[in-house]
Amino acid sequence: MTLLSILGVLSSAIFSGTSLLYTTLGEVIHERAGIVNLGLEGVLLISASSGFAVTVLTGNPYLGVLVAMLMGGLTNMILGYLVIQRGANQLASGLTLMFFGFGLSALIGRPYVGSKINGLPRISLPGLSDLSQLYTSLFSFDILIYLVIPVALLVWWLLFRTRWGLGLRAVGENADTAFSSGRNPRLIRYQALFLGGMLAGLGAAHLSIAYTMNWTEYMTAGRGFIAVALVIFSRWHPLRAIVGALLFSGAVAFQLLLQSSGVQVSPFLLDIIPYVLTLLVLIAWGGNRKQSAPASLGRVYHGTE
Amino acid sequence: MSQTARSLPRVSFSNPLVSNLIRYLLMTLLALLLFGVILLVSGKDPIQSYRDIFSSTLGSAYGFSEVLVAMIPMLITALAVAIPARVGLINVGGEGQLYIGAAFATWGALLFKEQPSWILLPVMTLLGMLGGALWAFIPGYLKSIGLVNETITTLLMNSIAPKIVGFLIFGFWHSPMDTVKTDNFVAAARLPTFFDTRLHLGMVFALILLVLFWFFMKYTRWGLEMRAIGGNAQAARRNGIPLKGYLITIMCIGGAIAGLAGMTMVSGFYGVLLLNFSIGLGFMGFLICWLAGGDPLGIFLMSFVVAVITTGGNLLQLTRDLPYAVVNILLAFTLFVVLARPSFSKGKKA
Repeated sequence: MTLLSILGVLSSAIFSGTSLLYTTLGEVIHERAGIVNLGLEGVLLISASSGFAVTVLTGNPYLGVLVAMLMGGLTNMILGYLVIQRGANQLASGLTLMFFGFGLSALIGRPYVGSKINGLPRISLPGLSDLSQLYTSLFSFDILIYLVIPVALLVWWLLFRTRWGLGLRAVGENADTAFSSGRNPRLIRYQALFLGGMLAGLGAAHLSIAYTMNWTEYMTAGRGFIAVALVIFSRWHPLRAIVGALLFSGAVAFQLLLQSSGVQVSPFLLDIIPYVLTLLVLIAWGGNRKQSAPASLGRVYHGTE
Repeated sequence: MSQTARSLPRVSFSNPLVSNLIRYLLMTLLALLLFGVILLVSGKDPIQSYRDIFSSTLGSAYGFSEVLVAMIPMLITALAVAIPARVGLINVGGEGQLYIGAAFATWGALLFKEQPSWILLPVMTLLGMLGGALWAFIPGYLKSIGLVNETITTLLMNSIAPKIVGFLIFGFWHSPMDTVKTDNFVAAARLPTFFDTRLHLGMVFALILLVLFWFFMKYTRWGLEMRAIGGNAQAARRNGIPLKGYLITIMCIGGAIAGLAGMTMVSGFYGVLLLNFSIGLGFMGFLICWLAGGDPLGIFLMSFVVAVITTGGNLLQLTRDLPYAVVNILLAFTLFVVLARPSFSKGKKA
């Protein structure tokens, strides 16, 4: 095993972990406001397909990223209408949103299957330019990768250091109390869904416009559900979400390493590791109320009529 | 989360039947209209497409049999959700339980392939149910000791199960030709089919289970106790109902039923275990059960509607040159309007 192959594995782990972290951060935001979005998979697919389509049409990947973000936010508004306005069950509405995403993304992406794009430009890390070409090409990332940790910090700051974030968390814990202290739970939940959807859209954009640079049906392959699992793993905290995403991409990297070194372990078994770890963490923390979910997660806010 | 379980709406018949019927008709029309707009935008003729969907499903005997075939896994996985829902358990894990059930059944089919079908099929059925039950035991047990919420665990385990199936197929079971599936099952391992169609014995399983579910809930002590637990678990426990045992047993029964759905898919429908053979069958069951309010008749009707849509999608793909997944849009619109319906229990706080 050479240094080069190890670095190659690291680099691909960073690529695969980035979209996951954006998505997880999005889910952290709406779960903090009390809304579980099981439709994340559908949101990702719609964002990935529309972002890719726009990139093909305009040749501008930045425009594609922007559209993917917007589509993510807008798709979440459907969920918002159902669960906030109509008081529908969150799990059922989310799953319906997932099926909607399967369909709409297939329709949007259909004409662009096999299209080639110039993805987001890669920027080399400064200071690495004196290394050989081989190494620099491994460690030149697109802008979304550089931004992902700052975005996680920003989300943390928003949730825990601003009045808006305090209100959002209050709504997630107890909407009635938040209402009586002058907040508008419905509005805050819409805002959380829109913002979370935009972050998921960023993750999807990174997947289709920067990482794989193509569109195929169901290309997200369960990332939406992984993100939901990672939110639980990170106990609804944006900074711990970084750890979760690292763990997940670490498992991916580990799997690639083993393969490249010729060790015979089924990739399927390695894929299981993050989920099993999450389960174990949940069991280890189980019963500890302090570290559990936002109290009114999944509940309908009926208002005070 | 337990709060949402208790507020599962029952289909109420107190409203006048006619006004409900009109309401549902209007909702269906609205969904069709929305999808029609999508078809128009993508340059297809909506009227023609709907005619295709109709003629390919309800317009011919074979089409109708295909609808029934599609209903089988929906009915069974919906029951796998409905039974735990009666005691307030939210089983989102039908998808995973279905995969493990299918894997166990396949194991039986490969191991005992020399046996005649009157031995092989019962063995596969039992193995399928055992697999699903084992998979559901973990969340059931964790819930019963108050450690982890079953919604979260079943959801996580959904992501694990298909990978275990992949591991088994790639590592041990794949056919010499193809690494993504097993050998075709021997004829003795296939559920019998009826009338020269693809309609298989799984339909009989599903109908028997539906009737059993209705009977048990209505006429037995267990049904009453389950409703008591669903109503107020702590009160039920204080009245001497063995809460822990119920939670675990009911979860395992739900899992066993979802496992049976997996068995009917590999033995009745495919005749082979495929990698990732189900994209959301278990989730569909959850949706159907929830939209039907856990009511047996409602589950049957809802499955029928959903099956018509998904079956019609097949023809849409062939004749209208649309990807099959597009039919999911029509499905989602239908479910959206049902979800957004004015709630029957207005004013009741969840």
